[in-house]
Amino acid sequence: MTAPAEGRPPALALDGVSVVRGGRTVWSQGTFTVRPGAVVGVIGPNGAGKTTLFQLALGLLPPASGRLEVLGAPPRRGNRRIGYVPQSYTSALGEAVRCRDLVTLGLTGGRFGLRRTSAAERARVDEALARVGASAYADRRMSELSGGQQQRVAIAQAIVDDAELLLLDEPLANLDLRNQQEIVRLLGELHREHDVTIMVVAHDLNPLLPVLTDAIYLLDAHPHHDEIGEVVQEELLTHLYGTPVGVVRTAQGDLFTRAAWRDPQR
Amino acid sequence: MTVLAVEFQSNWLEILQSSFMQHALIGGSLVAVAAGLLGYFVITRQNAFAAHALAHIGFPGATGAILIGAPVTLGLAVFCVVGGLLIGLFGRRVSDREMATGTILALATALGVLFASLASANASTTTSVLFGNLLAISDDQLLVFAAFTAAVVLALAVIARPLVFASVDPAVAEARGVPVRALGIAFVVLLALTITMAVQVVGTLLLFALVVTPAATALRLTARPALVAVNAVALALVSVWGGLVLSAMVDLPPSFFIVSLAVLAWLVVLAWSGRRLRSPGPPLVDAHHPH
Repeated sequence: MTAPAEGRPPALALDGVSVVRGGRTVWSQGTFTVRPGAVVGVIGPNGAGKTTLFQLALGLLPPASGRLEVLGAPPRRGNRRIGYVPQSYTSALGEAVRCRDLVTLGLTGGRFGLRRTSAAERARVDEALARVGASAYADRRMSELSGGQQQRVAIAQAIVDDAELLLLDEPLANLDLRNQQEIVRLLGELHREHDVTIMVVAHDLNPLLPVLTDAIYLLDAHPHHDEIGEVVQEELLTHLYGTPVGVVRTAQGDLFTRAAWRDPQR
Repeated sequence: MTVLAVEFQSNWLEILQSSFMQHALIGGSLVAVAAGLLGYFVITRQNAFAAHALAHIGFPGATGAILIGAPVTLGLAVFCVVGGLLIGLFGRRVSDREMATGTILALATALGVLFASLASANASTTTSVLFGNLLAISDDQLLVFAAFTAAVVLALAVIARPLVFASVDPAVAEARGVPVRALGIAFVVLLALTITMAVQVVGTLLLFALVVTPAATALRLTARPALVAVNAVALALVSVWGGLVLSAMVDLPPSFFIVSLAVLAWLVVLAWSGRRLRSPGPPLVDAHHPH
């Protein structure tokens, strides 16, 4: 399932990176490499600096120390090779845009001056909407859609410019079980069929486990990177979340975590 | 004794051709174009309160200008632009901005009252700032209006697309290298120029009806940004023209009719779209749903 990585630079490479925000060190000693074609869960407790890692990669925040490369080059704002879906993506959007307009902005939104969207650009927008399964509601307003549908449109906007690296911040938050699975399946498709490297910030690993190849976990103010199988261990997760976490392996090889705390009254 | 004197003026067509009405038509149209174009952004950037406040911040500019004998338009423009930049400095979080805006608004209104009192400006001057005086637009004011509207139209021609991106989707726009902050400052300056004009047409207190209401109405009809702008301009123009015609017919202040028409259009569209939204539309299904 892993894409061949020969000849391609790492999707993300950190060497002794630390981040300071508002005078406080968010995390330090970040040294790891994300190979191209990986699907990486970024996990850790609230406030550990998961979103901050994305901001580094997007060039929105400079590292306080250390070296950092994204897709083989120093990070810079406006890197068209990165697609980004921020957290609670849709809260700022009211009823003022159609899905199609929003995806089009992902392609042409940075362009100054008057020029109509070309037929070729419109075709790319249609293709991105089709790829995420959002064609049926492309002409609807964002505010008319369900959370899962909005998330699909957001992903369409992130991939419309053929991003090689997708950064998704809590894409499963506020989605019901079915919609969570649909989005995870979509990520799996993008990964398999288009060889996109995907990094997903998530507070709950379970729904993502079917597609994750690796994880970055923020523990004791340091980021650690490992294969997913090495990360899903009771001791590590219990330490990471600061509350008892169990790991269950079924006969079919499925893996999931569960809260190990039980109500003594029951 | 006449308590209520509303009388139809049969010579209203002649009145419309008089020079003060011609000034009003041209001036009002220029304002309608600028206000209609900016309305979409005022709404998507959640700047409606800031727009309202800017109009009030112009009040001390106008009375201050009278105090020192400067042109009212200049006083309005300076206060609106500086006020807009100050509001823009106070972060992007709506809650922070609202507090700052409200505080600056209160200070500005207090200054306006002080200046008006110091300048012993007569009541009619203050009234024309608060409620607009479209029928007293001078040649000089028309030139300024033309320049301001040209500036708004030309600037928007250049920045419209990234400004839409930065307004509806600021986090992604910033990551994509769009200069979100610089665009925000440019927008506030354009808004200040537009408000400087609009205050002279409908006044500080009624400004909402030209800057926000037409765009809000248009937004109920369509969500395509360019179409919203075109519709909002059309609605603002119809309100201004209709208001002036009605004002010529019955000799009442045009502000009243302009605002009433804009609000009427909004109510009609609201009722219509409300009914449309309640009626069962085509089912929304997930195309990807496997079942």
